[in-house]
Amino acid sequence: MVLFGVAAVGFGVVLVYGLSGLPAFGHYHGVYGKVINGIGVTERHATDLVTALNFDIRGFDTLGEEFILFGSVLGVVLILRQMRGEHDRPRQHEADEHTFAGASEALRALSLAVIPAILAIGIYIVVHGQLTPGGGFQGGVILAAGPLVVFLAGRYLRMRIVAPHTLVEIGEAAGALGYALVGLSGLVLAGVFFKNFLPLGIAGHLLSGGQMDLASAAVGLEVSGAFLVAFGEFLDQAMVVSGSPRS
Amino acid sequence: MTILQIAALAAVAVGGGAVVAARDPLRQTLVLSIYGMALTMLFFVFQAPDVALSEIVVSTVGLPVMILLALRKVHQHQRQRERDRTQDES
Repeated sequence: MVLFGVAAVGFGVVLVYGLSGLPAFGHYHGVYGKVINGIGVTERHATDLVTALNFDIRGFDTLGEEFILFGSVLGVVLILRQMRGEHDRPRQHEADEHTFAGASEALRALSLAVIPAILAIGIYIVVHGQLTPGGGFQGGVILAAGPLVVFLAGRYLRMRIVAPHTLVEIGEAAGALGYALVGLSGLVLAGVFFKNFLPLGIAGHLLSGGQMDLASAAVGLEVSGAFLVAFGEFLDQAMVVSGSPRS
Repeated sequence: MTILQIAALAAVAVGGGAVVAARDPLRQTLVLSIYGMALTMLFFVFQAPDVALSEIVVSTVGLPVMILLALRKVHQHQRQRERDRTQDES
């Protein structure tokens, strides 16, 4: 308790000292942000500057982030699939629909109504990344929530039909590859890695911002695939009745 | 700072405390997802809609689902172990 008291007081002093040096609320001093705000619409024909930053001006950073997600999902898959021995496989069929038979009719009907809306919002957010807030990542996670609602409706096996392992894995890999290809196309067609190589179009139109649409779609595919692979692994872990724990 | 921003900050402060205060993991997960909703509001009123959009799915749906599945797995293990023990004794 004494130790905690001393630590708390020390932390408080440092915190107040640090906070007192911050600029006042609403006063932004960064030069980079102001430059981006100034040139985004005129140079890149994109009205959402966050997307312009992620998929064009700073596209290389996004490539790194892309592969962080890819690598971490790969790690989850590696660890969980090794934990799940071969003897667990056949028993998966026992853990089918009756496990979640508790889902009521109302819940099922509601999920059915919600799924198309979720998918529509997800796709909208992916393709309108350069116009309104959103983009590949945000749209991707929303899309991944769709199959999850199928699971919520009590249909584990149905979810596996909607989002089978192989399909989501291919989707994830194709998205990651697609994003890298967007960068490579810039290298080949415009001379610089991730340089915008497509015509910029008219600011405010759906097909504006050049490569941003392509990059956004690739990231959307990758992110939704990654989330579904991870969810799928976790679901398998929870649904499959494990074999003898001593083996 | 507007009233909305102050309200969102207050909701996040209360929510963070509530997550720590809920001791039962199952309840904690549900409180966490409500806390995620408060965070989404915070990002939104501070004019970061891009972050809010990712936060709304990740923290209100994604993270709780993963924690719930992990909890279920832990329960399965416990039940299995208890069953084994009773079998050994009999």
